[in-house]
Amino acid sequence: MNETTKELLKVVSEIDGTDFGNVAFNIREDGQCAGRQSSKYVKIENKPDGPGLVINISSEAQGEMVYIPACVTHGDVDDLVYNDFYVGDGADVTIVAGCGVHTTDGHDARHNGIHRFFLGKGSHVLYKEKHIGTGSGKGLKKIDPVTDVYLDEDSVLEMDTIQLGGVDSTIRKTTGKLKARAKLIIHERIMTDGDETAQTDFEVSLDGEDSGVDIVSRSVAKGNSYQEYHSTIKGNCRCTGHSECDAILADNGRVNAAPELYAGDLDASLIHEAAIGKIAGEQLIKLQTLGLTEQEAEQKIIDGFLRG
Amino acid sequence: MLELKKVCWNLPSGDSILNNIDLKIPSGKMTVVTGPNGGGKTSLAKIIAGLETPSDGSIFLDGEDITKWDITTRAKGGIGYAFQQPVRFKGLRVRDLLNLAAERTLEEREICNVLGQVGLCANDYVDRDVDASLSGGESKRIEIATVLVRKNAKLLVFDEPEAGIDLWSFTSLIEAFERIKNENDKSLLIISHQERILEIADYIVVIANGSVRTYGNREDVLPKLLTEDKARKCPLGKDRQGGNA
Repeated sequence: MNETTKELLKVVSEIDGTDFGNVAFNIREDGQCAGRQSSKYVKIENKPDGPGLVINISSEAQGEMVYIPACVTHGDVDDLVYNDFYVGDGADVTIVAGCGVHTTDGHDARHNGIHRFFLGKGSHVLYKEKHIGTGSGKGLKKIDPVTDVYLDEDSVLEMDTIQLGGVDSTIRKTTGKLKARAKLIIHERIMTDGDETAQTDFEVSLDGEDSGVDIVSRSVAKGNSYQEYHSTIKGNCRCTGHSECDAILADNGRVNAAPELYAGDLDASLIHEAAIGKIAGEQLIKLQTLGLTEQEAEQKIIDGFLRG
Repeated sequence: MLELKKVCWNLPSGDSILNNIDLKIPSGKMTVVTGPNGGGKTSLAKIIAGLETPSDGSIFLDGEDITKWDITTRAKGGIGYAFQQPVRFKGLRVRDLLNLAAERTLEEREICNVLGQVGLCANDYVDRDVDASLSGGESKRIEIATVLVRKNAKLLVFDEPEAGIDLWSFTSLIEAFERIKNENDKSLLIISHQERILEIADYIVVIANGSVRTYGNREDVLPKLLTEDKARKCPLGKDRQGGNA
């Protein structure tokens, strides 16, 4: 594992890659495996039919952590990986799958992770994902994740994703299919600056009675950056769906938010909200009356907005 | 001491809002500004906190001309200001706002103490966002707490602190104002129509039509105000029979 990977891991996975104890992990560096460990209840193996992993989490896994970070540490790397997570009935785990891309030369660095989650009945997964781009090279830093989730009855998947900055281009696609009483909770935060672009697409199908999805996206578009937010929630039965896109604009930032709802059942209860605008002047003034400069106030408001 | 000398403030249209305000807010005292709605009280508070710039005249804080100081400089210079309408933030917690106001990370007991002064239980609020999930009264009390917690402040300005606050919290607030009054190094300037606040003032200023109509000791001013109020000559705000907060 090289030093750049170690630095990126600290940011995206809250680990430095040196001491995992008995926790299951797989560290991917520039398209190769830089370290792997299974645990008693979490088995990590190579995918038999291509690049990537099969992660089997047994029902006995309770409160376990699983680390699956990926790093690209130089230009001219176009990493593509397919990871499948099979979560046993009643399991309860936290999966940390951050990604950092770094280039200091003129070549692009790209990571494209295609993750599929199959949650068993009554299982619970907290999925945490941080993305960052670093390095001063002129090559583009790209991260294009695809996440497909299949939630069995009574299962819960919480996705907490954040793009910290420095990623020139990202296209995030997330789809979900939910059975009875399953819940999908997505909390996404994206920061773009300069000429960066970010596109995020959600398509969730609520197929089981009393299933529910809650998608909250908060974004900040600064500089000349551009973001697109699309969400489609299909309520095919008695269910609840909520989509919220809040965006703060600064400088010449632009945002296009397009939430879409489809109700295919009389008892489908679906809501979407979208709010885009610059930081309210009264918010800046309030923090200035506490002694912050206008710039400090703006940063505090953005930091809080993206953290919340 | 804060001193305003011939302060005027006009709207961009040229309409006069404040006209030749001469006023002294002494240190270690509580001064209450009252008067009819639209008379210029909130404008005066904003001028003092730096949210608006006087069209003419000067403002001095402890002898130093602060007329050209911006909002941040005035805050750092010791002026605290509680807004009449609380500001809400998505993602900033009560704890965050209080820490920013105190300019340090407060201990739990300190947060508990300051929220207790406005009638809130810290455990219920400290990690809540200062957003639309709070009621108007809760937001207002947190707004007041962000000023109470500013230990370095020389002048604390509260714009209608009673608005939206229930009777029990209001009693706590009155006690907090009385405590601050007894800290001799701080001045309190409160915009209020509330008789209970007027009753604990050291000085009362009546502003009407953008000018100081009356200024004096509470003992001299308040009886006249109440007499006039009953005679409907100078309403202290909302209809007294209507039970102003």
